[in-house]
Amino acid sequence: MKNGVAITGMGIISSIGDTVEDNLHALRSEIGGISRIEHVDTRKRDEIMVGEIKKTNDELINMLGLDTINSFSRTAMLGAIAAKEAIHNAGITDAITSRTGFISGTSVGGMDTTEKHYLDYTNTDTYHRYIEAQHAGFTTQSISKYLGIRGYVSTISTACSSAANAIMLGARMIEAGQLDRVIVGGTDALSKFTINGFGTLMILSDDVCTPFDEHRKGLNLGEAAAYLVLESDQMVAQENKKVLARVNGWANTNDAFHQTASSSNGEGAYLAMKEALEVAQLDHSQIDYVNAHGTATPNNDLSEGIALTRIFGDQVPVFSSTKAYTGHTLAAAGSVEAVFSILSMQEEIIFPNLNFETKMEACPITPQTKLSSQAVKTVLSNSFGFGGNCSTLIFKKQ
Amino acid sequence: MADLQLELKEKIIEQLSLEDIEVSDIDDNDPLFGDGLGLDSIDALELIVLLEKDYGIKLKDPKEGKAIFESIGVMAAYIENNRTK
Amino acid sequence: MSGKCFINGIAGISAQLTTDGDAFFDDVVEHTELIFRAIDPDYKKYIKPAAMRRMSKSVKMGVTASQMALDQAGIEMPDAIITGTGMGCKQDSEKFLENILHNDEQFLTPTLFIQSTHNTVGGQIALGLNCKAYNVTYVQAAASFEVALMDAKLKLLEKENQHILVGGIDEIAKNSSRLHTLDGHIKSEPLAVIDLLFSTSSGTVTSEGATFMTVTNDSSNKNIAEILDVTIFNQATPEEVEDELKEFMQRNSVEISDLDAVILGTNGDGDFDLYYHKLQQGVFADVQQIGYKHLIGEHHTASAFAYWLGCKIFNKQQLPEIVKMNKKETSSFKTILLYNQYRGKNHSFALLQQC
Repeated sequence: MKNGVAITGMGIISSIGDTVEDNLHALRSEIGGISRIEHVDTRKRDEIMVGEIKKTNDELINMLGLDTINSFSRTAMLGAIAAKEAIHNAGITDAITSRTGFISGTSVGGMDTTEKHYLDYTNTDTYHRYIEAQHAGFTTQSISKYLGIRGYVSTISTACSSAANAIMLGARMIEAGQLDRVIVGGTDALSKFTINGFGTLMILSDDVCTPFDEHRKGLNLGEAAAYLVLESDQMVAQENKKVLARVNGWANTNDAFHQTASSSNGEGAYLAMKEALEVAQLDHSQIDYVNAHGTATPNNDLSEGIALTRIFGDQVPVFSSTKAYTGHTLAAAGSVEAVFSILSMQEEIIFPNLNFETKMEACPITPQTKLSSQAVKTVLSNSFGFGGNCSTLIFKKQ
Repeated sequence: MADLQLELKEKIIEQLSLEDIEVSDIDDNDPLFGDGLGLDSIDALELIVLLEKDYGIKLKDPKEGKAIFESIGVMAAYIENNRTK
Repeated sequence: MSGKCFINGIAGISAQLTTDGDAFFDDVVEHTELIFRAIDPDYKKYIKPAAMRRMSKSVKMGVTASQMALDQAGIEMPDAIITGTGMGCKQDSEKFLENILHNDEQFLTPTLFIQSTHNTVGGQIALGLNCKAYNVTYVQAAASFEVALMDAKLKLLEKENQHILVGGIDEIAKNSSRLHTLDGHIKSEPLAVIDLLFSTSSGTVTSEGATFMTVTNDSSNKNIAEILDVTIFNQATPEEVEDELKEFMQRNSVEISDLDAVILGTNGDGDFDLYYHKLQQGVFADVQQIGYKHLIGEHHTASAFAYWLGCKIFNKQQLPEIVKMNKKETSSFKTILLYNQYRGKNHSFALLQQC
């Protein structure tokens, strides 16, 4: 088994909690964060359920201690909150002086501010400071500036696999010795743009989502940010760091089938899992838990289910989708679920796939439905996005 | 009915950007999907919006579209029977 | 592993005649608007009509430029597709957003939303080629292309005998582009774009384009140029840029005197061109200085064009007068340095060497 890259810190804010500790508490309590929308001004309010963080932008500004006049979008603020926790958790006080990088995934970036002020920009200059938020990279810029990171800063936008790809890139750069330390993850806030976009695809559920269930009706959109701190073994040794877990397998492949839908045989997902196992130098039988992408759309869950059976045969490991807790947090999903994967190993528990009742007829696999205690040494986590983008990460216990 | 079929052909060509196709290329009984006009699942979602916007017909489940969008003829008959505007 | 990175195919669609043989060296297209478009090649030669019907300009440019690069390198199936874009499919994003706002969230259709994601171009290239390999999109403002290229270079370090398609794409959108006139990123006074490099007023122009290249670690091929190194840094003062440059040159064992030319991203923004001026008047005083944004304009992946230009210069071993920024006469071009930044952020250096 490959040793992999050390994870020394993590941070998260999602609809089930503002910190890693709060998220763990909610996961343990088997309480999801799916509700009606409060903070986005949309006429879809009563038609859908979402994983919304119940904090106003002003509350987020206070949490970060920003000036009242600032150019932070909600996406950037969520990102800064989670990244700050990750850095603190890793015991870092000198972010600027080391060869520290920042890699963030986002899908729509500052769209939440763009859609709010777009029609006013020409009438008044009050909001001109937000114009730049239309560039997704500006979200990352805001966060990196807040953190004081000035060197390698990049943004990945591959829709719903963005954060997974950010973690993968960070691990590769550490492994190649290009960085000593890197903060990796993703952030996305709910916006009218994504709510209506997914609405046009008719894949939003009007109730709490039910991943891998025969009667699943679609996904719940969510908002979140989560980041990991990755460090080279040299840094870990030098600073005598506590290692939470390691990233030791990764792969990104393309389904090359359709712009948004997954292929019926889950080819892209299959290839991503297969390649990630090869990178990790693990046999599929060595995976203890799979944190599935499991969005609860009819198309994704069937395609992913079939890919899982192609990899694992009739020995599919314990698996669950945690999206019934958080909703589908789009670009952040990969890092949100990375944090959950690490917690699963640390706490030796499997988080349940809430709301599951009936097996899918076309692929009769059963996710974990109750919280259970068991030793977890390896976790495989999937994240798939539009454009056929398929990513798999493998984490192992230190 | 013939008017509605012609209207549908024009709308479909415009809405789905079928630049190289003329109204006369589409037979009333040609399948719209697969071997016929070659439309795909994204087009099906576009047609669902067209039903709602122009004829006041709201489909809840995209699966319903499969039968309705079989051909121009079938689609026109469905609209005749269900339109609210 | 050697980690060598050779360019063996490169194509650029821009606001100049860059898809038309050597026309760029003979004819200059002069732009008079501050927001201007790329010159369209015949997309139908590269994209089937059925696939084309939903494509916005950035997708058409990206798919076409990538195919041109693959054709030039004689590669049918790349081992990875890595793209950079500042704004992605801005036209469709803008239309979808305006439909939401103007129609009160009603009667929205999926096509615009599907096309609006930043990785649409990368995904469409994969779909067209049926390429199931690694496919990642970067959106890091003015360093979007460079971070994509750094990833490609890392891929070449990780595995032998790889051919990677890497490119940068950005398109103009009617209203979103104009918003930058309001926040001062685009100049407020009219200007003949050809004079851009002499401008001292605030802001710049904006344009669009796509540059794609295939890079490989296979040295046995007929390669055009080697990318010795590429690096980015997010923020720096002009003084810090000089320090970064020194370190960059040192780690590649290249002296300033080894440089036959520097290609600079000067864009006529009186508030930020000092980053270039400081180097031009200082360390680069005796080096042939080249500019190009008065020709192809500025956008977040405009700097990818400098690679295209560098390869052309290697190939022709001469410079068109119009790109010269100082009175230096150079007759042989073997080593070229690229430097770009936008509004003091997202700086990048790269070293190209003729093969």
